[in-house]
Amino acid sequence: MTYKNPVTTPRKSATFDDYTLSEIRRAAATGIYDIRGGGAKRRVPHFDDLLFLGASMSRYPLEGYREKCETAVTLGTRFAKKPIELKIPITIAGMSFGSLSGPAKEALGRGASAAGTSTTTGDGGMTEEERGHSTQLVYQYLPSRYGMNPRDLKRADAIEIVIGQGAKPGGGGMLLGQKISDRVAEMRNLPMGIDQRSACRHPDWTGPDDLEIKIQEIREITDWEKPVFIKVGGARPYYDVALAVKAGADVIVLDGMQGGTAATQEVFIEHVGQPTLACIRPAVKALQDMGMHRKVQLIVSGGIRNGADVAKALALGADAVSIGTAALVAIGDNDPKWEAEYNELGTTAGAYDDWHEGRDPAGITTQDADLMKRVDPIAAGRRLANYLKVMTLEAQTIARACGKNHVHNLEPEDLCALNIEAAAMAGVPLAGTNWVPGQGGF
Amino acid sequence: MPVFDLATTELRALNQALHALDKSGVPEDFEITNPRGAHAVAVGIDAPVNVTINGSVGYYCAGMNEQATVTVNGNAGPGVAENMMSGKVVIKGDASQYAGATAHGGLLVIEGNASSRCGISMKGVDIVVKGNIGHMSAFMAQSGNLVVLGDAGDALGDSLYEARLFVRGTVKSLGADCEKKEMRAEHIDLLTKLLADAGITDVKPEEFTRYGSARTLYNFSVDNFDAY
Amino acid sequence: MCGIVGLFLKDKSLEPQLGALLSEMLVTMTDRGPDSAGIAIYGADQNDLVKLTIQSPEPETDFAGLTEDLRKAGIKNASILPKNTHAVITVSSDQIDATRSALEDLRPNVRVMGTGTAMEIYKEVGLPKDVLERFKISDMSGTHGIGHTRMATESAVTTLGAHPFSTGSDQCLVHNGSLSNHNNLRRELTREGIRLETQNDSEVAAAYLTGEMAKGKNLGEALTSALDDLDGFFTFVVGTKSGFGVVRDPIACKPAVMAETDAYVAFGSEYRALVNLPGIEDAKVWEPEPATVYFWEH
Repeated sequence: MTYKNPVTTPRKSATFDDYTLSEIRRAAATGIYDIRGGGAKRRVPHFDDLLFLGASMSRYPLEGYREKCETAVTLGTRFAKKPIELKIPITIAGMSFGSLSGPAKEALGRGASAAGTSTTTGDGGMTEEERGHSTQLVYQYLPSRYGMNPRDLKRADAIEIVIGQGAKPGGGGMLLGQKISDRVAEMRNLPMGIDQRSACRHPDWTGPDDLEIKIQEIREITDWEKPVFIKVGGARPYYDVALAVKAGADVIVLDGMQGGTAATQEVFIEHVGQPTLACIRPAVKALQDMGMHRKVQLIVSGGIRNGADVAKALALGADAVSIGTAALVAIGDNDPKWEAEYNELGTTAGAYDDWHEGRDPAGITTQDADLMKRVDPIAAGRRLANYLKVMTLEAQTIARACGKNHVHNLEPEDLCALNIEAAAMAGVPLAGTNWVPGQGGF
Repeated sequence: MPVFDLATTELRALNQALHALDKSGVPEDFEITNPRGAHAVAVGIDAPVNVTINGSVGYYCAGMNEQATVTVNGNAGPGVAENMMSGKVVIKGDASQYAGATAHGGLLVIEGNASSRCGISMKGVDIVVKGNIGHMSAFMAQSGNLVVLGDAGDALGDSLYEARLFVRGTVKSLGADCEKKEMRAEHIDLLTKLLADAGITDVKPEEFTRYGSARTLYNFSVDNFDAY
Repeated sequence: MCGIVGLFLKDKSLEPQLGALLSEMLVTMTDRGPDSAGIAIYGADQNDLVKLTIQSPEPETDFAGLTEDLRKAGIKNASILPKNTHAVITVSSDQIDATRSALEDLRPNVRVMGTGTAMEIYKEVGLPKDVLERFKISDMSGTHGIGHTRMATESAVTTLGAHPFSTGSDQCLVHNGSLSNHNNLRRELTREGIRLETQNDSEVAAAYLTGEMAKGKNLGEALTSALDDLDGFFTFVVGTKSGFGVVRDPIACKPAVMAETDAYVAFGSEYRALVNLPGIEDAKVWEPEPATVYFWEH
């Protein structure tokens, strides 16, 4: 009989886990950083770590089906002659034609319009699909200025100056060669099939002092009619919001790190920027310090999924939220019905994020003529409208339970947190205590 | 002829009047006096009007111009004729940073010098500069023509796409992926036309050197590591 | 983020108008920086005398009886000229350090804005027009001066956070832009014994130049090394007792316009700031090149 030493169970490194090992091998083989779409996938403190207190004895709830809980929001009350009136406090975030197919853009326009809210263009200009099907369309003004022209500027309902995105604060967008089709190339004035490199800074201004002058120009061109939004990534929200107000914004869009992008470096998505939850209170504090809370409206985005998220964002001080990834899911993105095709691409439904490759089986993040036919804009638009309405009903349900006749009357004091991290970030007490960690900061 | 004295009239009144012009007819000429460095003068016009500005303007003069001919008898601040679509903008003096930024069409003539980032991200405009241009000019320029009678500063045409650059004088340095190109007959013809459009008669197209994209950065390769 | 102006006179006959000209230049830059404003003016050198510009949040109480209190503390012949929240204390040059420490003991609320044989500094929170009026800047004469309107980015809107920053005798700096390595630099400078009063990035730049000049560099040389050691975006205008310098970072995004005639050299963040200067129509007007030091001296 031979003696065998007992063996230990094979143990994988927590530091060098399977994903990390595969990424090292991929980088070594290809010499290019990993590029993907979407937002941060890592777990970060989020709205799920907050709970509403509801009403019982000390507060009275509203009756769900009889007593009204308003959800309308007006954006652009500070300077614009024609502010935007939305029925619901949920808007569709900027997503470009180019990164998305024409039918997908049309579905977003149809769905948003049916639910009484706005949609937003992206890097690449305004298409007829979205202008035609969006009752309220926000025109993004980006560093690349692809497709920027005064005619579209004048037929937009609002103008959103994009300074940054939650997925990549401080970085520019990317659209790789596979997706630069004839139509995209023409709209962006680029050769077909090249990697489009979007700039990270605007070409003709730098800093809030110059931005104030840029906003003056845009207002002069559009005769002071349209609200001017400023979109920033979740970087330094207190200062960024204060400077956006000083530069003359009507509305501030604040996008946390879970906010998606069409394509950028994975390292950027996962390692730059702050979680959405952590961004809201500093932003609101900046507005309050300047006496501009609710006068300059704050739209929060990045990982909003349901009516509870909406209600929590509003309770923390936002005027509205916007959704991107969730809207794409509503119109069919990552749907398990395409599982076989996802598998062929080496992924699975729910994890597909190589949007830049233009091979999306769902036909949403692609310029492939055959694939995009899979999106029926009318049916997909209906699904988005349903989803937006469900989220609104959910937010109303919570607001009523807290005794509010308008979702904007939700307050941070209606919340508690399940863990210290979320309590500190949201500035609300840890559940069961009156302790708010980190108070005395922002 | 409508005359707007910006020392006594609000900028808003001027731009409103320009926006109200009938797009089909031929409107009267406009004259603007005492701009004194004001911003956003004569922006967003969409009519075949002649606008003469007597004095120096600030940021974004003639921004997003369509159809109009805007002449500045003075210097222009940053971003003159930014995102112009069509028409003509003439600066008799010098232009500051970002002249003609992202402009899609039309002709921008700068009779003096242009500062840094002239023609940045240009998307089809023609720019003719009689003097020199500053650093980072034609950065990420996509299409159109930039003609410089004098010298160019550092990093000309960095990350250039398909815009054509013609420089008569020296180039301090070329940016990443920008290279000297051969002047073919078609380029001589093009330059002849551009110089004529800009009213320049005493300079020959043969005196220029053409620069364009080497197109090595069009698709990512790690072997271009040093360019990033 | 800000508006900057600077004026360096070559023609002595303009000296009585320096304050008025600078004031007008600064007010046109209000949009670029509505939070606070400040100005540094270089006047006539008085033999062997040094000026300390001080500021107090409670000037009535702090400035009352200060001459007498300083005399008791051993500072002889100090003269005090109050101007709103600021006052200029003139003492003999060998008493400058003693005066500073006496002030710390006698008036803990008082801050020294700057010292020098020629320089006075006035800065406060508020709109440029109001700040300039409080100190009657338009009545001041001098040889050169710089001014600043501030749109605060990441540090507090306070009097101390306003520009110009002075970290050495007769030295001052105004800045448009934002530095990206100022926290590490601040730690290094502090270790070298340079005292910084605020969390402001621009003060670090001022202190850096002071440190370099203390090593024997002239202003031009100090500005040249700043191009290597400071990261981020900047347009600086700096003053010394007899000099006036301008430098922009190598990317040179923040705006800068200069004008020169036989009578003066002028700087503005925008051309608007220069339009009222005498003879501006015929001045040589240009934009300073990136990473290039411009320097004038009397």
